[in-house]
Amino acid sequence: MRRDLLNSVLAIVVFTVLLGLVYPLATTGVSQLVFPGKSDGSRLERQGKVVGSSLIGQDFQKPVLGPDGKPKQDKDGNPVLQDDPRYFQSRPSVTGYNAAGSYFNNLGPNQKDLRDLFKENLDAYLKRERPTSPGLEADDVPADAVTTSASGVDPHISQANARIQARRVARARNMQLADVQRLIDQNTDGRALGFLGEPGVNVLELNLALDRLAPRSTAEVIR
Amino acid sequence: MSVNGWLQIAFYFAVLTALTPVLGAYMARVYQGEPIALERVLGPLERLTYRALRVDPGRQQDWKAYGRTVIVFSALFWLALFAILRTQGIHPFNPEGFHSGSWDLSFNTASSFITNTNWQYYGGETTLTYFSQMAGLAVQNFISAAVGMAVLAAVIRGFASRGTRELGNFWQDLTRTLLYILLPLSFVGALVLVSQGVIQTLSGSVTFPTVQGLDQTLALGPAASQIAIKQLGTNGGGFFNVNSAFPFENPTTFSNFVEILFILLIPAALTATFGRMVGNRRQGWAIYAAMTVMVVATITVAYAAEQNGSPAQKAAQVATASADGTTGGNMEGKEQRFGIADSSEWAAITTAASNGSVDSAHDSYTGVGGSVPLINMMTGEVVFGGVGSGLYGMLLMVVLSVFIAGLMVGRTPEYLGKKIEAREMKLVLIGVLVVPLGVLAATALAIATKWGAPSIFNSGPQGFSETLYAYTSQTNNNGSAFAGYTGFVQPNAPGNVGAFGITFADLLGGLAMLAGRFVPLLSALAVAGSLATKRVAPAGAGTFRTDTPTFVFLLIAVVVIVGALTFFPALLLGPIVQGLTPHLF
Repeated sequence: MRRDLLNSVLAIVVFTVLLGLVYPLATTGVSQLVFPGKSDGSRLERQGKVVGSSLIGQDFQKPVLGPDGKPKQDKDGNPVLQDDPRYFQSRPSVTGYNAAGSYFNNLGPNQKDLRDLFKENLDAYLKRERPTSPGLEADDVPADAVTTSASGVDPHISQANARIQARRVARARNMQLADVQRLIDQNTDGRALGFLGEPGVNVLELNLALDRLAPRSTAEVIR
Repeated sequence: MSVNGWLQIAFYFAVLTALTPVLGAYMARVYQGEPIALERVLGPLERLTYRALRVDPGRQQDWKAYGRTVIVFSALFWLALFAILRTQGIHPFNPEGFHSGSWDLSFNTASSFITNTNWQYYGGETTLTYFSQMAGLAVQNFISAAVGMAVLAAVIRGFASRGTRELGNFWQDLTRTLLYILLPLSFVGALVLVSQGVIQTLSGSVTFPTVQGLDQTLALGPAASQIAIKQLGTNGGGFFNVNSAFPFENPTTFSNFVEILFILLIPAALTATFGRMVGNRRQGWAIYAAMTVMVVATITVAYAAEQNGSPAQKAAQVATASADGTTGGNMEGKEQRFGIADSSEWAAITTAASNGSVDSAHDSYTGVGGSVPLINMMTGEVVFGGVGSGLYGMLLMVVLSVFIAGLMVGRTPEYLGKKIEAREMKLVLIGVLVVPLGVLAATALAIATKWGAPSIFNSGPQGFSETLYAYTSQTNNNGSAFAGYTGFVQPNAPGNVGAFGITFADLLGGLAMLAGRFVPLLSALAVAGSLATKRVAPAGAGTFRTDTPTFVFLLIAVVVIVGALTFFPALLLGPIVQGLTPHLF
């Protein structure tokens, strides 16, 4: 018994150093050396400035500007947003694409609140896309477009969702639909090994590619 | 359900089945002290560890000595972890200036990590210092896993023993597990994950204006090193709050495959280790087959239910059929890159193993889909289960199956040539029954008294399901959650002002985790100790063989009857009600 106590105390110290300190630091060192960009969060830059991470989704709704030229805020301090027809829109998010504090709404499958949330998202989607997709019905709206992801920062939308949005973006940017469709295909992350997971269109990379074609900087758009 | 979805699931089990004998043989060498290549590199470190711990690895222990060392070691580590969590105010690596939370929450958290459960009532990024995360919780990801594997090695030696009562040396098993199995696999696994985009850095968060000029902050940190062991050691506690759904924790469809493979890799391979150590590999394959059949069945149910969509979706007239370019189905709480097939597969596998990490939100699964993780935990975490603990739990089920078969044909039951007698059966029943009884008692207490109510988030049957899920998960040391259920109330105020623990939920959950870990552990050791000294009778014409499809079927039946039927009335009240009705609550 006393022997066990002594061994245990020593083991706690030794293993805490080895597993809590040496292992994570050694892994960090090697990762930084071999995969410098990826271990730091796969950041995307535009004109030398970080605008996001290729793995983390963003909100592409446009902030409403107040009289002082700064984004207006509601009473909770969140920015007031409106649709921006020039960009592909990400999936709805519980957290407003918060990449620093993730959580999920945890609503059950038979909850009225969840039905109401779906209705709201569906109506908003139809309202946004119908002008350029006449005849679009609830049945045509892909599931990912009206449901929230688990992470709240899902970087992808489904290909069907992107195809519907392409018509609106092409009109807003005065582009041929085929050109927009080509960019969608170029920015679709396929299945690993050809069959693992589901393909997804990376919204941030797609929108950045669009902006490169029609080089009007965001700053100008907002102004 | 798509052909591609099934192809992924088939591919997964093909890879797992191919790796099982390879890693299984390697681990058998580790536990039998046979030479392995890694010893040339890490051998000096192993010997240095023994010297630092002042242990003699050659000193053999019988089951009582082995069990006592496990208990003393775990109890002291529990105290150390509790002390760390209670002294956050004086920690280094505390940039946010966190204080210790409430004592009941610390009790729950310490119990959670010592027992390989990783149940989380606390919010990691909003309550814990980096020091608590690294020196406290991260260390336990390794230790609790290694303790389970060490105990399994001792239990197998008892089953395989030829008349000696000695089961090995705990310190040697623990050290060799860490140095030759868990650390190398985690290190390589972490680098594979970083290659996919999982972050691994010591720098702080970065904030920048997005394309639309809105501020976005990326939380960073050394995630990959923790995620590798969280998956390999059936721990499940994530670096980010939403666990492996978060892209920095699980960025690609390939990383998802790797992480889900890591969940079952060691529990599956240990069946082959068992077969080798008892000298009959078919015995290991029989157990592997029973486990695989059960987990594939539950994946099928979850996949079908989630593809069908939820009542809330149908009431809102959201399309749920799959079509060109969309998976359809219940995509609420699921990531586009994983879709329905991968998410359902993960949900079933993470709960069959006592892992509990998630890549989708279980609380938003359909009634039937959400009952799959629940049922997988209710079978007692023996279908793969925790690393080590799953297989020693399954061996108790095997002995029970052999006993029932013996009763049916009227012969003295035998397993691996050893007679199963009254003493073994008493110990087996203690090990098998304490966990389900604990689940039912805790759930009943939480539902029938007013103390359980403050923890519940959703109304109606979902609220009952949350409670049942919480105590099933904690008693079985899984750690996954219908995350609406809470034991810690945290108003959104700076410095966590006004936060408090829900004492009832924290204490009941903590005690459930400790009982669910250590009662089966000691029962299994005692059974092994009892079997160790028995003579091996040669197999004859009348021996009931335990390496045939007949036995696999019997074993599955026993697991289903003992596990699932115990809980059938409880399941009726929650998930089954929801699965049968389109009614909204």
